[in-house]
Amino acid sequence: MTERVLELMRALGARIVSSWIWRLGFACRFLWLMLLESAPSFRRFHLTIREIYFAGVLSLVIILVSGLFVGMVLGLQGYDTLVRYGSSDALGVLVSLSLVRELGPVVAGLLFASRAGSAITAEIGLMKATEQLSAMEMMAVDPIARVVAPRFWAGVISMPLLAALFSAMGVFGGYLVGVRLIGVDEGSFWSQMQAAVDFRQDILNGIIKSFVFGVAVTWIAVFEGYDAPPTAEGVSGATTRTVVTSSLAILALDFVLTALMFRGL
Amino acid sequence: MITRKELDLWVGIFAVVGIGAILFLSLKVANLASFSSSESYQISAKFENIGGLKVRAPVKSAGVVVGRVGDIRFDNDSFEAVVALNIDSRFKFPKDSSAKILTSGLLGEQYVGITAGGDSVNLKGGDTLKLTQSAVVLENLIGQFLYNKAAEGDGKK
Repeated sequence: MTERVLELMRALGARIVSSWIWRLGFACRFLWLMLLESAPSFRRFHLTIREIYFAGVLSLVIILVSGLFVGMVLGLQGYDTLVRYGSSDALGVLVSLSLVRELGPVVAGLLFASRAGSAITAEIGLMKATEQLSAMEMMAVDPIARVVAPRFWAGVISMPLLAALFSAMGVFGGYLVGVRLIGVDEGSFWSQMQAAVDFRQDILNGIIKSFVFGVAVTWIAVFEGYDAPPTAEGVSGATTRTVVTSSLAILALDFVLTALMFRGL
Repeated sequence: MITRKELDLWVGIFAVVGIGAILFLSLKVANLASFSSSESYQISAKFENIGGLKVRAPVKSAGVVVGRVGDIRFDNDSFEAVVALNIDSRFKFPKDSSAKILTSGLLGEQYVGITAGGDSVNLKGGDTLKLTQSAVVLENLIGQFLYNKAAEGDGKK
């Protein structure tokens, strides 16, 4: 009996160590390698530009459309609640603050993880499965500098821009619904918004958030791709893990960052 | 396959649009241009009680925003709150102006109201407002009201 329990514990411990601790350590070492190889990869910056096209430009449509709809829903729901307290003029404040502080970075990050993060993982994983990465090493080309680092930096650069676009589009959507459709006074919509939103406290913190999410999502994506077992199932499992892990990481990091940034209010 | 030139063009458009969005957020949504860029001078005012006044609350005169609350400290000698007011240097006030802590609406945020006096000399940076009126604290008001009622009742007997 005790032997069985011991064996179970041993298996559990081995599983935790091999699938969590070991991978976490490898991920950290991988990040360090990637940062070291960034300088050589910047010397051929067109590689990064190319990846910005795939990660950023191709995500534009989904980001813009969902930003618009999120803003429009916020406008409708916010008006419905605010009108009960006779303060429907504060609609602009509600829409802009919730977008700039939370929804912009978080929803754009989640969309980015599923649109671009999964593509990065699948691409690198397939390159590994078809031994393209090993072939590069044979030719004395470092795959981390040639393949991984440009994708990482492209994600880190794209994410804040996408989050800002999401927020701007959402504010526009809230304006469309609140002012154009429902008929909230246009002057008070903008002026109350401008009085309540602070550049450093709200906009800058939102940009910092989206930057952190960009680092987290692309780090997870390139690591899962690089670490994927070189089989068809391995690549598909790694792609799923990228989306799940980066979504959880975004939400957990968002809580930590919000607690740090808005504690004193 | 997309050519290098097209790629650069699209990424360029993406960067311009993204930076445009950041500019829109900071200028149109947060109104960065209006106050931080203009010059301001700081005056201070002592209040017995500031109620729920916060740093960055607006300073208004005749209902127009003329500045922001810069800092709130507690003076341990006079046991009063010292509020630093950053006033936009476009606006000048006479030396004997007074400051009040007011509430916008019944439950709205609190702000500092400045009522201009009649002195010919204007306030300059570092000056202190002499005449101040504290925030109305609802609990004190209710307490006073109850006390007055009780006193009235005693008088009638």
